[in-house]
Amino acid sequence: MASQPIKPKRITDIGPPNYENFLHPVIKSNYGQWKYHETLAPGVLCHVAESGARIYSVRAASPRLLSIQTLRLFASLADKYCGGYLRFTSRNNVEFLLDNPDNIEPLKKELAAEGFPVGGTNNSISNIVHTQGWVHCHSSATDASGLVKSVMDALYEDFVQEKLPAKLRIAVACCLNMCGAVHCSDIAILGIHRKPPQIRHDLLPKVCEVPTLISSCPTGAIRPATVGGKQSVEVIEEQCMYCGNCYTVCPAMPMNDPDNDGISIWVGGKVSNARTAPKFTKLAIPYLPNNPPRWPEVVQAVANIVDVYAKNAKRFERLGEWIERVGWPKFFELTGIPFTRYHIDDFKFAGLTYARSTHIRF
Amino acid sequence: MADNGKPKTELLDQLETGPWPSFVTEIKKAREGSPVCDDLLGQLELSYQEKKGHWKHGGIVGVLGYGGGVIGRYSDIPEQFPNVAHFHTIRVNQPSGWFYTSDAIRTLCDIWERHGSGLTNMHGSTGDIIFLGTRTNELEPTFKELTEAGFDLGGSGSSMRTPSCCLGQARCEWACYDSMKLCYDLTMAYQDELHRPPFPYKFKIKCAACPNDCVASIARADLSIIGTWKDDIQQDDAAVAAYAAGGLNIQKDVCDRCPTRCMDWDGATLTINNRECVRCMHCINAMPKALAPGKERGATILIGSKAPIVQGALLSSVLIPFIPADELLETVKELIGRVWEFWDEYGKNRERIGELIQRVGMANFLDAIGLDPAPEMISAPRDNPYVFFQTKSESNGN
Ligand code: HEM
Ligand code: HEM
Ligand code: SF4
Ligand code: SF4
Ligand code: SF4
Ligand code: SF4
Repeated sequence: MASQPIKPKRITDIGPPNYENFLHPVIKSNYGQWKYHETLAPGVLCHVAESGARIYSVRAASPRLLSIQTLRLFASLADKYCGGYLRFTSRNNVEFLLDNPDNIEPLKKELAAEGFPVGGTNNSISNIVHTQGWVHCHSSATDASGLVKSVMDALYEDFVQEKLPAKLRIAVACCLNMCGAVHCSDIAILGIHRKPPQIRHDLLPKVCEVPTLISSCPTGAIRPATVGGKQSVEVIEEQCMYCGNCYTVCPAMPMNDPDNDGISIWVGGKVSNARTAPKFTKLAIPYLPNNPPRWPEVVQAVANIVDVYAKNAKRFERLGEWIERVGWPKFFELTGIPFTRYHIDDFKFAGLTYARSTHIRF
Repeated sequence: MADNGKPKTELLDQLETGPWPSFVTEIKKAREGSPVCDDLLGQLELSYQEKKGHWKHGGIVGVLGYGGGVIGRYSDIPEQFPNVAHFHTIRVNQPSGWFYTSDAIRTLCDIWERHGSGLTNMHGSTGDIIFLGTRTNELEPTFKELTEAGFDLGGSGSSMRTPSCCLGQARCEWACYDSMKLCYDLTMAYQDELHRPPFPYKFKIKCAACPNDCVASIARADLSIIGTWKDDIQQDDAAVAAYAAGGLNIQKDVCDRCPTRCMDWDGATLTINNRECVRCMHCINAMPKALAPGKERGATILIGSKAPIVQGALLSSVLIPFIPADELLETVKELIGRVWEFWDEYGKNRERIGELIQRVGMANFLDAIGLDPAPEMISAPRDNPYVFFQTKSESNGN
C-alpha cells in the first residue's frame, strides 16, 4: 500500500492498472515465449511455451451486458478452478485461464449449468460484437442486445462446434454510426433510419440553440427557417443520411420512427490479413422490418446466408472470399435474396464497385 | 405493474428462453440490489412494444477536470420511469488485454453496487469497462472510489479514446511485438489527451501483434499498429510432414491459398520464397506447430480507418512499412506528435484524420509530417494524368 498523504488529494490521470498485476503466473513466466497452441475442444485452447509449460483457456459466451452478480460468479469460478485468473476477449467472451487440465471439465460443467456455453474458437461463429440499442442509446433504430440474443439462439450450434469452412464473425450496430464498426464483418446486421428527423417546431426554439444545431449536421443538411413566425430550421431531405447528430444536440429533432426504422444486412467483410486483404461488408438486404422481441425475418435471413455459405464454400474460405470466387450473381441466386436498385452504389466514387470488365460467370 | 410490484415484461420475457445467455436475465439479476433496473426493464419493454428508443442526450456531464469518460443519458419519459431519469454511462479504462484477477473484478463490482445500476458491459466496443447507468450526483463518488482502487476513466467525445490491444505475447505465439506493453505505455503517455478533449474529433490507437489483427485495428483505429516480421518464416520440416501425414492437404489448403503463390510443396518438403511472401499469416494459421513468424520482428504502422460517418468508411493504409519492435514506442510517439500537430492545424471540426488525409491528399500529408513517399503505401500508382507538379521551392529542391 502507498503511504497515506496527510491531506487527502483528489487522484487523477493514473491510467489503467498495470496488466502485469493481473497475469497468471504461468503467463508471466512464459511471456513472449509461446511455441504453439492446439484446440482441445471447441472453446478450449492449450498454449505451449518453449519451456514446456502449458496454459489452458476455456472460452464461454456472455451477453456482454453483465450484472455484477454474474461477474461475481465468474470471479468465484476463477477462484475455484484457476487461481483467480480470467480475462475477456475482443468479442465479449469470458476466458478462464487454467494451469491444471483436470479442472477443464468441471469448469465447463458449472458454466453449462449456469447457462454460459463454451465455444467460439476457430471455425465457429464467435460472440456477436454489438452496440447499445434501446438499452442505452438515443439514436438507435433497433435494439442490439435483443437481436444478438435472437440470432445466437438460432446459430447456437455453430458457436459450440467448429464445423464451418472458416471462421465466421457477425456484428450488430443499431444505427449507421456503427459504433461496433460492423463494416468489416463476415455478416453485419445494421439498424437503419430511413427518414430525416421530424422537426418539432413548437418545441425547438425553447430547447435548442439554432447555430449549434446547424453546425452539428455533418452534411450541412440543416438550414435556418422561419416557421409560423418563429425561428426554427428545415432539413434538406436529399442531403440527410440519418446520422442523428442533430438529435444529439437538440431533443426537438427526434429520429426514432417505428414505421420506417428497420434493419439491413451486409456480408463479406473481414479484418484479418490472412490470404486476402481486409475488406468492407457489402449490402445484401437493404431493409427488413423491426420485429421485436425475436426479429424472425432477420434471424431467418442470417441463418440462410450462413447455411448457403457452409454448404458451398471451400475449406479456409471466409464468406467474402467465397463470394469473390463464385461472384455476386451466384451469391444472390443461391441465397434467393432479390437484387435491387439499392444494391448499386450512388455515393462518392460509386464507379469503383461497378463491373469494369467482361469477366462474367454464366 | 404485475402483482409483485415489478413491471410487466411480456415481450422481454420471451428473450429469456433459448440456449444463448440472456441480457434480460442479467438485468433481472441486477435488480436485487438496485430498483433502477425495474425502471430500465419497464422502459425497455415499452421500446419493444413501440419499436422505438426512449433515451435522449441532453447536456454534458462528467467528473471534475475531465472532459470525457462519461456519456450523459436521460430518459425522454422520466415521469413514467423516474429511476432512469438520469442513466449515465461511465467508461473505465480496461487493463491491457482485458486480463483480471477475481479480486479486481470484485472490487469493480463492489464500487458499482454502491454507486450505480449494477449493470456493466464487459466490454464496450472501445475496449473500456462500461458501467451502465447512474445519476449525476454519483459520478464524482464513483470516480473517487475507482481511482483509489487504481482504475481511471477512458476517453469519449473529441478526446483520444482508450487505446486497446490484442493479448499478444501474453498468450500468443504469433505476437511480433509486445502489444500489451505498447498499449499500456501509450495510454500512460497520453493521459491528458485521453481525459481533456484537445482534438477536432476522436482519435483511436489499436495495437495488434500480428496481421491476424484480433482487435480489428485496421478497421477501427485512426492509428493501427500491426505486428509483422522482415526475415524468413521459421519452419520445422518434421512438423510440416506431420501435418501432411495427419491429413492436411498442403497443396490445396496451404499453397493454393497463399496470396502470392510463393510456396512449393513437392509431397515431401515445403519451400517458401520468403521474398515474395506478403506476411498474410495463412500458412502459419493453418500449421501453428510447423511455421512461425520470423525472428526480425516489429510492426507496420497504418493510418486513418473509421466507420462511415461522415464521408464513408475507410480502412487504414500503410504509413511506415516496418519499425523494429524495440524502437516502436519512441517512433510511434514521435510520429503521433507530428500527426496531431498537422490535424490540429488543418482538421475541421468533426473531421477524423483519415478524412483529412483524403481531403488534402496523402502526398501533402506526407510532406507535412516529413515522411518520404514509399511504394509500400499504395496498391498501385495513380491511373489518372492530373499531376500537379510542384515548384522548386515547394519541393525542397528534390
Ligand atoms: C488459433 C489461434 C488464434 C488465437 C490464439 C487468436 C487469438 C484471438 C483472440 C484471443 C481473440 C479474441 C477472441 C474473441 O473475441 O472471441 C481473437 C479474435 C479475432 N481473431 Fe484471432 N486468434 C487466432 C487465430 C486467428 C486467425 C487465424 C485469424 C484470421 C484468419 C484471426 C482473426 C481474428 C479476428 C478478426 C478476431 C476478432 C476481432 C474482433 O472483431 O473483435 N485470429 N483472436
Ligand atoms: C457522429 C456520429 C456518431 C454519434 C452521434 C455517436 C454517438 C454515440 C453514442 C451516443 C454512444 C454511446 C452509446 C451509449 O452508451 O449510450 C456511442 C458509443 C460508441 N461510439 Fe459512437 N457515435 C458516432 C460515431 C461513431 C463512429 C464513427 C464510431 C467508430 C469509428 C463510433 C464508435 C463508438 C463506440 C466504439 C462506442 C461504444 C459503443 C458500445 O460499446 O456499445 N461512434 N456513440
Ligand atoms: S450504433 Fe448508433 S444507436 Fe448504436 S450505440 Fe452507436 S450511436 Fe448509438
Ligand atoms: S440526421 Fe444527421 S444528416 Fe440528417 S439532418 Fe440530422 S445531423 Fe444532418
Ligand atoms: S493479433 Fe495476432 S498476435 Fe495478437 S492475439 Fe491475434 S493472432 Fe495473436
Ligand atoms: S504468410 Fe501468407 S503470403 Fe506468406 S507464405 Fe504464408 S500464405 Fe504465403
